Amino acid sequence: MTTATQEKKAAPPTGSSRRGAGRRRLYQWLFVAPALVYMLAFFGYPLVRNVLMSFQEFTPRTYFTGESPFNGLENWRGVFENDLFGDALWQTILFTIGSLVGQFTIGLGLAVFFSRRFHLSAFVRAILLLPWLVPMVVSAVVWRRIMDEDHGVLNSFLETVGLSSDGVAWLSSPSVALLSAILVNIWIGIPFNMVILYGGLQEIPRELYEAASLDGAGPWRTFRSVTLPMLRPVVTVVLVLGFMSTIKILDLILALTGGGPADSTQTLGTLTYQLSFLQLDFGQGAVVGNVLILISAVFAVLYLRVNRADHQPGK
Amino acid sequence: MNRTEGRARVRRTWNTVAALLILAVMLFPVYWMISTALQPHTSIASADLIPTSPSFDNFRNALDSQGGSLVTSLIVALGAVVVCLALAAPAAYGLAQFGLRGGRAIVFGTLITQMVPGIVVANALYSAYAELNLVNSYLGLILADASLGLPFAIVLLRAFMVSIPSEVVEAAMVDGANRFTAFVRIVLPMSRNALITSGLFAFLFAWADFIFALTLNTTDDVKPVTLGIYQFIGAHVSDWGAVMATAVLSAIPAAILLVVAQKYIAAGIAGGSIK
Repeated sequence: MTTATQEKKAAPPTGSSRRGAGRRRLYQWLFVAPALVYMLAFFGYPLVRNVLMSFQEFTPRTYFTGESPFNGLENWRGVFENDLFGDALWQTILFTIGSLVGQFTIGLGLAVFFSRRFHLSAFVRAILLLPWLVPMVVSAVVWRRIMDEDHGVLNSFLETVGLSSDGVAWLSSPSVALLSAILVNIWIGIPFNMVILYGGLQEIPRELYEAASLDGAGPWRTFRSVTLPMLRPVVTVVLVLGFMSTIKILDLILALTGGGPADSTQTLGTLTYQLSFLQLDFGQGAVVGNVLILISAVFAVLYLRVNRADHQPGK
Repeated sequence: MNRTEGRARVRRTWNTVAALLILAVMLFPVYWMISTALQPHTSIASADLIPTSPSFDNFRNALDSQGGSLVTSLIVALGAVVVCLALAAPAAYGLAQFGLRGGRAIVFGTLITQMVPGIVVANALYSAYAELNLVNSYLGLILADASLGLPFAIVLLRAFMVSIPSEVVEAAMVDGANRFTAFVRIVLPMSRNALITSGLFAFLFAWADFIFALTLNTTDDVKPVTLGIYQFIGAHVSDWGAVMATAVLSAIPAAILLVVAQKYIAAGIAGGSIK
């Protein structure tokens, strides 16, 4: 709406003022230009460059010679023939879905719980944000110590309670490490889910609950027939945002397990890092990066749909 | 009447107890971090649950080896905030108020950038940085880290600036101010809260950055604390007490902001799409 009125004002009839309007337009664009240039450099350029790089040959020598000749589909073939790629893709999917299910379920449970009125509710809710605000690498390092097989407090706790006698190899067993990484990521993600879902719950009109209770609906029935449907837009936003931030996670895994043991926690993110920055094969790294982007793009479409629907009324 | 009131009070008390239990479980790792950091000589043996004779030796060691990294983190994060706000504030104003052709596409693009994985950006940025001599430089890392907060800042500030009545700015312009002066004198002060919120998150994102620190540095010249702590655990960890003390120090900004700027953090998360 503002667009239309401004446009009208900016289109006066005479020649000289038309030039003035053009100048004003230009002047207005100067406000936006720096950020636009920056975003093109730091988002646009990398996206295009990655596609190009995935068709170029990079070797450790490239660093000195600066030569990276085009090599067709060589990188793509190399990546797809590498068993590690399939494993990393599968582990990325498991990691993402496992994390989202855990974060969301517990986050929703806590959001519902904190919607009750009691002393310290707001205070506890605020402090619970801490795990989400601490740098992810730092959380991962702390958990690495907690989950240590021999000296970690988690195993001493399990032994004391009697749940495990000889300790779980949280981070050193290839069959458990991914689960451990998921557990840590759930811990990191709960606060974010809780806060957004809590906000969503507060938006639901109280009358709906009163009506449900007049109709004789119990708590579970009310939750399913009132809370969940009303919460749906928020739920979608939380899940899609969670998906996009989880699928690209790198810090957590590098600091917790380093992708190991036996590559059992490699994800597309860590594989990109390993190929590009450890093996200096930026071409193959770009291939994996592109796959990562492709997956995100599918969900980006979903996100933008939700976002548009969300912003239609009012703001 | 009295009995139901009494029952409600009992239930509220139980809720508070349950909430504190949840808090204890969720924050146990944080407690453990602090507790281990306060116990010296926890190199191999596991730490005690409660530090019976707390000492700050670990913090002294941590500051000795990672103090420089903390300063680096602070410089980089503050630099990123400056870059981020300097770019985002005028852009958000332009996008909110001028009705520029293509403005919608830019907002759309801003939303999309939030989905680009950092490692993909780093992958392409590295070679460009190598050519521009930005590898191992403060400027390079600050510029890269600003990208973490910029889309969020633009979206948040724009959402706020849309609601500023254009008459306010036009009145100032009638008084002789040009559009930029009016922006600085009128719009920015009005947007104070939104600026604080987006600056805060820009700081937290840059402070927590690990990917750019890891990939855009090949020497130790510019080593933020996230990279420092990662290298700390990279080899054989001999001194977990010092590692945990470093972890505590690197978590302090988050803790401070959580206490001091609670309302801005809440506003930021409610503002929508972050992280």
